[in-house]
Amino acid sequence: MSEISQAQPDYNYKVVRQFTIMTIVWGIIGMGLGAFIAAQLFAPALNFDTPWLTFSRLRPLHTNAVIFAFGGCALFATSYYIVQRTSQVRLFSDKLAAFTFWGWQAVIVAAVVTLPFGITASKEYAELEWPIDILITLVWLAYIINFFGTIIIRKVSHIYVANWFLGAFMLTVAVLHIGNSMAIPVSFTKSYSLYAGAVDAMMQWWYGHNAVGFFLTAGFLGMMYYFVPKQAGRPVYSYRLSIIHFWALISLYIWAGPHHLHYTALPDWTQSLGMVMSVILFVPSWGGMINGIMTLSGAWHKLRTDPVLRFLIVSLSFYGMSTFEGPMMAIKTVNALSHYTDWTIGHVHSGALGWVAMVSIGSIYHLIPVLFGQRAMYSTKLVNVHFWLATIGVVLYIVAMWMSGVLQGLMWRAVNADGTLTYSFVESLEASYPFYVVRFIGGVFVVAGMLVMAYNTWKTVRAPKGSIAPEPAAQAA
Amino acid sequence: MDQGIAGSIFTVVVFVSFVGVVWWAFNGRNKQRFDEAANLPFADEEKEESQKNKQES
Repeated sequence: MSEISQAQPDYNYKVVRQFTIMTIVWGIIGMGLGAFIAAQLFAPALNFDTPWLTFSRLRPLHTNAVIFAFGGCALFATSYYIVQRTSQVRLFSDKLAAFTFWGWQAVIVAAVVTLPFGITASKEYAELEWPIDILITLVWLAYIINFFGTIIIRKVSHIYVANWFLGAFMLTVAVLHIGNSMAIPVSFTKSYSLYAGAVDAMMQWWYGHNAVGFFLTAGFLGMMYYFVPKQAGRPVYSYRLSIIHFWALISLYIWAGPHHLHYTALPDWTQSLGMVMSVILFVPSWGGMINGIMTLSGAWHKLRTDPVLRFLIVSLSFYGMSTFEGPMMAIKTVNALSHYTDWTIGHVHSGALGWVAMVSIGSIYHLIPVLFGQRAMYSTKLVNVHFWLATIGVVLYIVAMWMSGVLQGLMWRAVNADGTLTYSFVESLEASYPFYVVRFIGGVFVVAGMLVMAYNTWKTVRAPKGSIAPEPAAQAA
Repeated sequence: MDQGIAGSIFTVVVFVSFVGVVWWAFNGRNKQRFDEAANLPFADEEKEESQKNKQES
């Protein structure tokens, strides 16, 4: 019967359920938007000559929807779950938990309303205007109080490593958000940054890269350190390594931002420092990846039968791949080729679709049966279908962007004997067309996978409690 | 203070802290508590099972 839901009456699963379902909903919307604007790049008529359907306005909506709506809801859901289960105590405050859920949804709806109308602070990944920024700050403070409050009242003596990563993610994101969003409002919908010139650029990419480092990495590593051991049924490969991983990662990430500003007005020494810190960052990143993957050491056969574990382990492979690629692209001479090309877009998506989305999806497939009193998902086969749709989609996407990006970089730097440019910009754009079509197809695969997930979740949630028996394949896992 | 000196001091402080973290992680006295912590994802299930067994017996 529904052993799980009966045996743990003390945990607040309501807020976890809410955030879990919204993760899937916002995932479909955010990724669907991504596929739509990808199509606009080879079929510009798809903006229908409507200002609020143009790429320039929908692109920030896409990034906000996938990072803060999909990724954010996944982080809220899993962090609230992990902190309760590893502290063996109910959340510090149910009211604060409800406030964070409804507050965060309000932030997302506000983004959906304002961004298409062109109401923007014009800072990448921090586009939302000042009234929404204030709401984000309030929700985030409630989140921090609730999370650390739960840790303070924990019933066990240790704080599990996943909570260290999640705690660092929350505190740093608060500092980044408040620091970068400092602005002088001139009206309800318009403000100007407190910073100017190169300092503004530096602040923006200190924020921007640490949104990657703490929101999209530390938070999801917290997820990894709980759900990989849990799904594999064995503790993490090395707890010692996880401690070194944590301190090395959080002390290095914060310095890597300047690599977004190579060959700009930023002082040269700052660029070089950012490059060195980015290259060193490779070491803790791979330490963490190895720690996660090696957790399966001696139990590799589980990968054959368990598609949920496959999501988690493949996400770590993509994490390893993009944390090798990132430091390489941060080297100034490599950056001279890759900067402003589609290579950057490919890199971001190998991290976002390969690492962040896959680790979230794997974790959610683990969570849904637990949260809704089932012993397994409605269909393990469909989980497997989703796995292959997601994997093929990501590979199509990043390979297309690599080829397009390197091609662009080479065409832009090609010069004739007399020093004039060999190609015009439009010629490089034409060369990218076929890759844009492949990228769109990859995106459609990813969205299709999310729709399969939504169907599977719907059937799992609607089934009478405890009625779904694990399939033989899943049982073997 | 000169920027170079501040940078040097900071580098040394970070290096010493890192050595400290490694020393702490590999100190044999901490091994047991790390093992306990590593098993926390499974600890609350074990508790339930032992409670359930008690109720049944």
